[in-house]
Amino acid sequence: MTIAADPAFAAERRRKPRRADPIQKVAIGIAALLAASALLAPLIAPYDPLAQSLLSRLRPPIGFERFAAGHFAGTDELGRDVLSRSLHGLRLTLALAFAGAVIGLLIGGALGLIAGLRRGWVEDTIMALVDMQIAIPFTLVALLVLSLMGSSLTVLVLVLGIAGWEQYARIVRAEARRLSVQPFLEAARTAGAGPVYTAVRHILPNLVSPLVVQFTLALSNIVILESTLSFLGLGVQPPQPSLGSMVGLGRDYMPTAPWIVLAPAALIVALTFSVQILGDWLRDRADVRLRDR
Amino acid sequence: MIAYLVKIPVKAMVTLFAIVTVTFVATRLSGNPIDTFLGDGLTAEGREELIRYFQLDGTLLQQYLAFLRGVLSGEFGLSFIDRRPVTEVVAERLRPSAQLLLASVALTVVVSLPLGVLGAVYRKSWVGSAVMMLAFAGYAVPSFVLAIVMILIFSYWLNWLPVVGNGSFLHFIMPTIAMSGVLIAALTRFTRNAMLDVLGQDFIRTARAKGLSEARVVLRHGLGNAGVTVISVIGLQIAGLAAAGSVVVESIFSWPGIGQLLVNAAIMRDYPTLQFGVIAVAVAVVVINALTDVAYALADPRIRLSSA
Repeated sequence: MTIAADPAFAAERRRKPRRADPIQKVAIGIAALLAASALLAPLIAPYDPLAQSLLSRLRPPIGFERFAAGHFAGTDELGRDVLSRSLHGLRLTLALAFAGAVIGLLIGGALGLIAGLRRGWVEDTIMALVDMQIAIPFTLVALLVLSLMGSSLTVLVLVLGIAGWEQYARIVRAEARRLSVQPFLEAARTAGAGPVYTAVRHILPNLVSPLVVQFTLALSNIVILESTLSFLGLGVQPPQPSLGSMVGLGRDYMPTAPWIVLAPAALIVALTFSVQILGDWLRDRADVRLRDR
Repeated sequence: MIAYLVKIPVKAMVTLFAIVTVTFVATRLSGNPIDTFLGDGLTAEGREELIRYFQLDGTLLQQYLAFLRGVLSGEFGLSFIDRRPVTEVVAERLRPSAQLLLASVALTVVVSLPLGVLGAVYRKSWVGSAVMMLAFAGYAVPSFVLAIVMILIFSYWLNWLPVVGNGSFLHFIMPTIAMSGVLIAALTRFTRNAMLDVLGQDFIRTARAKGLSEARVVLRHGLGNAGVTVISVIGLQIAGLAAAGSVVVESIFSWPGIGQLLVNAAIMRDYPTLQFGVIAVAVAVVVINALTDVAYALADPRIRLSSA
């Protein structure tokens, strides 16, 4: 890269603080809080997210007129507690995002490792697949698949998993290629280590930190994809609450009851924002040169 | 350069072939193709004709070949809802989608280039941090959240802007901004990084040393060189991002474009429309990518003048 060639820029890079700055600290705190709320949602949610109470429908949050005691974030059109639904929605959204990111990591990591270590037509084929995945607007493929196969959670998780595999594959391939010519790997090979052994023992450990960074960034992208699909009515299906579907369904009540959409929308943004800053911080710490795309 | 230029359409054709095949596999994986492709409300003869044309009662290979023949001759079946050829249905939607796309790209370029340059030049001051924060926010806020919040503020509370349709200039404001959010984030970040790359190079020091004004160094020598990369990003990334964004934004604002058509088709299970819509948008993205590659080759002297 050319930046490093310039002494001033190189010095700036070295001086880059490894400890979190204030904004990053706040973001990491929010991310931890959101993760804890998602994990403990069934314990801390004040109400059953599906329990309807038709007598206290469309009640506003605390501090407004007509506030219904106990429903801190108000209630929706069926009298369900918005706070409880948001917490459960957050739980489902995060669970789906995690599962999707893991699937992407497994697919992309395996293919990237194979492409990086086995050259020739294997590598060409895998990289052609990567190029195709980049060229095809994935949201459209997701629409097609979810419409055809139905929006079960299994299909949704698979779709979310396939959404970002190519990023892992690119990173792993590049790192594997770089590492495979390093002296310590030549030494291992000279000592008689087989290809599988070197891949598992010597290459994978070196990939942990770039993969952790990519995993975090993928998490935030998958949260956005899942919320978008659920918002459009093609992701998580009612009555199960997800942050995206709450915004989508609450749209009809926006003029009179904006809290139904604002609570989950705020949680989505808090989640993606804090996770992205977390990923950026991890990247700085790991000092991995990733292309930011 | 010739070899480079020849590779581009070949790659595009391979990608298109893959997309068509993936769509075929996806539509045939899920149950009976006669149900997926014909729907209700056809006359007996119409039904017969479609089954014969697309070989829907044949083996999978026969169906695939018939499907490819349909693709080549522009036959993609009838919409379940309109009962017209899906090609017609999609063609009517092209204009509004293109208008929204152009408006968004224009807004993106106008906002992102100055921001990206500022972010690179003042990278150490609060200006640079603010630009990066803005880019972060653009990535973090999904377009539907941006759209919903704008509707809440500007339509329901302030009563300034219309929500539904594409009738006037005012109708363009919110959809364009909602579409551009992510695009601005992407392009700003990229412009900034490209500028940092260029500004760190030796010829920039030379330009300063020979006494050029800072503005000329940054804009002419800096942006002039970073511009090539930036344009390639507009083509390569923006097309894909915009395709995804238009699906969401058009359906929120009832914009009569392809994105809204696709979402409606997906929800109402109008498979022929959905299938052709996906193929059409994918073709558009792949073609834009290929054109960008060609433009890049022509703009970059290292490729233009290479003998290979």
